[in-house]
This record gives sequence, structure tokens and C-alpha cells, in this order.
Amino acid sequence: MSDVALIKSLLLTIPLAFLVFRALPAGLALAARLPLALALGWTVALGVTLLVPTGVMSYLASFAIVGSIYAVIALGLNVQWGYTGLFNIGIAAFFAVGAFTSALFTTTAPTGVAAGFTQQAFGLGAPFLVGVLAAGVVAGVLAAVVGGPTLRLRDDYLAIATIGIAELVRLVFQNERWLANGPQPLRGIPQPLVCLVREAGCPWLPAPIMGLFAPLSPRDYTYVYLVITALFVIVTFMVLERAVRSPWGRLLRAVREEEDAAAMNGKDVARIKLQAFVVGAVIMGMGGALYAHYMVAIDYSHFDPLYATFLIWVMLMLGGSGNNRGAILGAFVIWGVWTGAAFAVDALRPALAAISPELPARGPYLRLLLIALLLIFILLFRPKGLIGEERFVSRHSGSREA
Amino acid sequence: MEPTVARRIPPGADGVPNGQPLLHVDRLSKDFGGLRAVNGCSFSVRSGSITGLIGPNGAGKSTVFGLISGFLRPDEGRVYLDGDDITGLPPHQVFRRGLCRTFQIPREHASLTVLENLMLVPPDQLGERFWNPLLRPLAVRRQERTIREKAQEVLEFLTLSHLRDEYAGTLSGGQKKLLELARTLMADPRIVLLDEPAAGVNPSLMARIREQLVQLNAERGITFLLIEHDIPLVMGLCDPVIVMNQGTKLAEGPPALVRGDPRVLEAYLGGQYGAADD
Repeated sequence: MSDVALIKSLLLTIPLAFLVFRALPAGLALAARLPLALALGWTVALGVTLLVPTGVMSYLASFAIVGSIYAVIALGLNVQWGYTGLFNIGIAAFFAVGAFTSALFTTTAPTGVAAGFTQQAFGLGAPFLVGVLAAGVVAGVLAAVVGGPTLRLRDDYLAIATIGIAELVRLVFQNERWLANGPQPLRGIPQPLVCLVREAGCPWLPAPIMGLFAPLSPRDYTYVYLVITALFVIVTFMVLERAVRSPWGRLLRAVREEEDAAAMNGKDVARIKLQAFVVGAVIMGMGGALYAHYMVAIDYSHFDPLYATFLIWVMLMLGGSGNNRGAILGAFVIWGVWTGAAFAVDALRPALAAISPELPARGPYLRLLLIALLLIFILLFRPKGLIGEERFVSRHSGSREA
Repeated sequence: MEPTVARRIPPGADGVPNGQPLLHVDRLSKDFGGLRAVNGCSFSVRSGSITGLIGPNGAGKSTVFGLISGFLRPDEGRVYLDGDDITGLPPHQVFRRGLCRTFQIPREHASLTVLENLMLVPPDQLGERFWNPLLRPLAVRRQERTIREKAQEVLEFLTLSHLRDEYAGTLSGGQKKLLELARTLMADPRIVLLDEPAAGVNPSLMARIREQLVQLNAERGITFLLIEHDIPLVMGLCDPVIVMNQGTKLAEGPPALVRGDPRVLEAYLGGQYGAADD
């Protein structure tokens, strides 16, 4: 077995072991569950790395990266819509603000000749994690500004406000050149831990550990980034599960079900809604940051309503709103359908050409049609999604605790 | 004026000697467009009483409840609870001063279980803050245990224990009414405003609700103000009875006295009756 396969499989073990860990029965003692999960996860990882051709494998890895980024954003939407019933149809705003914030924080502002080509308001050259945190904070502040006045009003006002703010944010990034290079892409967003796969290595890492990564070449960076996004999904998932299965989550669901009764039971409804809206937006912003560092170059066009709002809604609807596992599952399934449909349309080209010569050029629209049909089918036949909300959400108020 | 400090009231003690006014509304008025739903209505509810609020449809009873509990803002007049002006306070702050209300049409949290509906109620729960379940899971769990025990006691008291794990939305109309009452008990209220507790409830269940109201009033000293159309129930349970008509108080007194008041008969049965009675 080659060193490359070994190190790749070790990297893949991290997300896979988590999945196995979750799949194992909860009754199992941690001392048994954890090693078992690691062993099984590694076995699967090794098998996949050895059996699947390298090209396909790296395609799958980048698929999983985008899937994870969407999963993070769907988790954010799940806090807002799934648990609290807040109708945010401007996800793109928080997604974009997060992406550009992290980009501005982590890049360095160009000087000299380059400054003539790339304009940006500032570039702090901060580390990746600082960028991600800043993305969360700025998206959260935007949510507070939008939500503060509108969450007190009837539900539809939030929808109107969010759809407006999403368009506004996109147009600002399109037109304000000084801010983030306007219509031109903002390039050179640093890839975190890219030094692991570089010849020179990471200077801060002890040589023996660095040696482990030596077999990796720059094009294997996908695996490193996959681990980063997967860890992000895992941490977000665990934090949200805790929060949602607590009295805090109970408040959110109570507000979703019946606002007046919550108010008459002493709950400050406007404040609860604002909290949920901000928490969801912070997560979306951080998802945006993950996206920026994966793409390396971003511009306003990445954040159109189709990719940055609509698809995420379909993901949550399909997976099951009110269920964090559902949000993650939905993200991967819908991203799979969406990318798979591109292949299908390609394969159908001859058939489409036979119907009408103009049809193959319009193939991309068939994907939209497919997703729209899927959405209709979900709503008709599976309105709660693949895995809907559980009956006993709270940790301490289910019958199991009795 | 916006008092922010919530007063925690120990169960059973509302801080006002029995017989003294606990709740007082002073010349309340409320317009909806051109319609004057409440028109200079004043009355007091004495501590320790079970006060009835009756009147023909459209008399403004439910609007008065809305004005007292903070769902509506009066155009004129003030509301005092234990001498404090609570006019215009939002519902959650009115609640914190020990005033609970139920709704005419039950408003349960449908896809929460019955137990969760109750566990929601206690104020200032540790786990209601986003970070506490993450940073202080043990303290949150301890508090959840206490709250769950209390919820189970309340369920037992109202004989709802067998429905504990059902979705609140699946209960029958009468059971939902009981659930509304159960939620108010989770809060250790000083005064509870009940909006038609008997409507849509079958007679045997109603007998039980009634029994429990009396018991709560006697044992825990909870004051009740209830709107009800079931006149025999009001006459048997409430003293005094306040009669509203056309947005204002028409009469007040012991049930026997109110029943014989010609103005009340006229309000309910029309001018002819009053005239014929003279």
C-alpha cells in the first residue's frame, strides 16, 4: 500500500468515523463505541481509497466539500425555519456577507501595480479561523439589523425584508469596486493548511508530523479541506443538537407553534426570534467563509438566489426541517441530485437533439425542472422530509428520562 | 414607566390580604376602528375571590382580558395589579407579575408534548440561554429534573398524567382547556384570568375543572376572574359576579342579587323583558 493512500485514508477516517459513531447504538459504552467507530471508519476509508480510482475519488472529495458547506448553511436555516418558523428567503445575503468578510480578513490588500487591478476595502492577512469567526460575527450583526425591526411584525415582513436584503447585498458586491473588487472576482483567498501539501511544508509543525504529510502533492489538498469542512459540520451539528434539545430549543419550538401562548407564559417572543435568527445567520456566515476559502476566488455572481437560497431550502425540505440530521442529509442528497442531473443532461444530449436541435443548449434548465419536480413531490408525499422532527426533542423532557 | 424587576411570588401567597383589591381596572376604553368595544369600564377583583365576568355576546369581556393581560393597549384608562400600574406592559411582563390568562380558544403548542407544554412555562430557566446547555449541562439537567417533577405533579392534579407524552395538538377540546389551566399552575400565579373554561367541555370534565378551581382557590389562595356563558356554573362558583354590557360594567354583586337585577335581565333578554317586569 502506498503512503499516499494511507495518509488519504487517515484523513477520510475523521468524517467517516463520526458517521459510524452516530450510527452505532447509543446504548454502547463510549469505551467500546469510540474505538469501534474509528476502526470501522478507517476500514471504510482505506477500502474506498484503494478501490476507487484516484480521479473519481478526488471528484467525490470535492463533492463532499461542497455538500458539507451546504450542510452547514442548511443547519443554519434549520435553526431559523425548522425550529423557530422564521421564513428567511434571503439566505444568500448571509452566505455572501460571510464569504466576503472572511475573504477580506484573510487576504492581504494588493500594493503597487497589482493595486491597479484589484481593489478591496482592506485586507488584514488574518488566519483562517479569524476570518471564519469574523464572517459569523458580521453575518450575525446583519441579521440583528434586519431582524430587529421586522421580527416584531407579522411573519411575511421577515420574508420581504430578507429577500430584499439578499438582492441588496449582491448588488453592493457587484457594484462597489472599492469594497471587494466589484464585478471582478476577489482572488487569492488563502487555503487553510495548504502548507501541509506543499514542498516547503508548514514551518510551525514538528518535522516528524510534517513527514506524515510528505507523500501528499498540492492536488491532494482537497482531502485536507474536506477534513476541515467535515469537522465544521460535526462541531456545528453537535453544538446545535445540544442547544436545540435544551430548554432553549423548547422556547424556539414553542414560539414556532403558538406565539401568543408563549408570550402569555412569560416568554419574550421578539427576543427569542431574534436570537434564533442571529444564531442561524452566524452559522450561514461561517458557511459562506468555508465556501470562499474553498473557491479561492469569489464574486457576486456566486450568490444568486438559485444557488445560495433556493437550493438550500429544497435541501432542508427534503431532509426534514426540525431535524439537524435531516438538514445534513438533505444537503448531500440535493447536491447529489443537482450535480448528477448535469451528467444526466449531458448523457441525454443526443436524445434531446433528436427532439429538437435547440434543446441540448437548453439542457441546464432541465436541472431546474428536475429540482422543482422533486420539491413538489416532497411537499405532496413526504411533507415532513426524509427524517422529520422527532417527538421527543428535549433531552430532559422525553419519556426516556422518566 | 417600565418596571423591569420581576417579583417572584411564593406559591399560595399573593401578598394582598384577602378581600382587598388585587386587580383594578380604571375607566378602560378600547376602540377597534369605529367600534367602541370597551367603554369606560371600571371594576376591581378582590384577592382570594372567584369573580365571574358575564355579559351578552359583544359586551367586551374578552377585550377587557386582552387589555389586562397586555395583548391589547387601552386607548384610555389604567390597569393596576396590587397597586402597581401595569397598563401597556407586554404580556410576558404582565405574566412575571403573577397574572396568567387562558384563551377562549385553547392555544397549545401543538407539536410539543403535553409535558413539554408545561415544562416550558417556569420563568428564567437556566437552559433558556443558548450557552448554558453547552457550558453548564449538569446544572441545566438538574433544573430540568425539578421542573419535570413539578410538571408531573400538575398533570396528576388535573388527571392528565396519561396524556403526558402525547402531542398537545391531538388532545380533545376539553383536555386542551385543562392543559391551559395546567400551564397557569406551572407559574404559581397570584391571579388567573380564565376565558370561558366551560365552553366545549363535556359536563363531567367540567365538574372536575370546577372542583379543581375551588380547591386551588381555597388551598393555594389563587384568585380567579372568569368569563363564562354557563350561567348556572357562574352562579354556583363565583362571588361576586360582574355583568358587562356594551363595553362597560352594568352591575356587580353576589350572584343572587345580580340574577334579579332588572338591568341585567334587560341586557340579556332585551328591552321588552325589562319593560314587562316593571
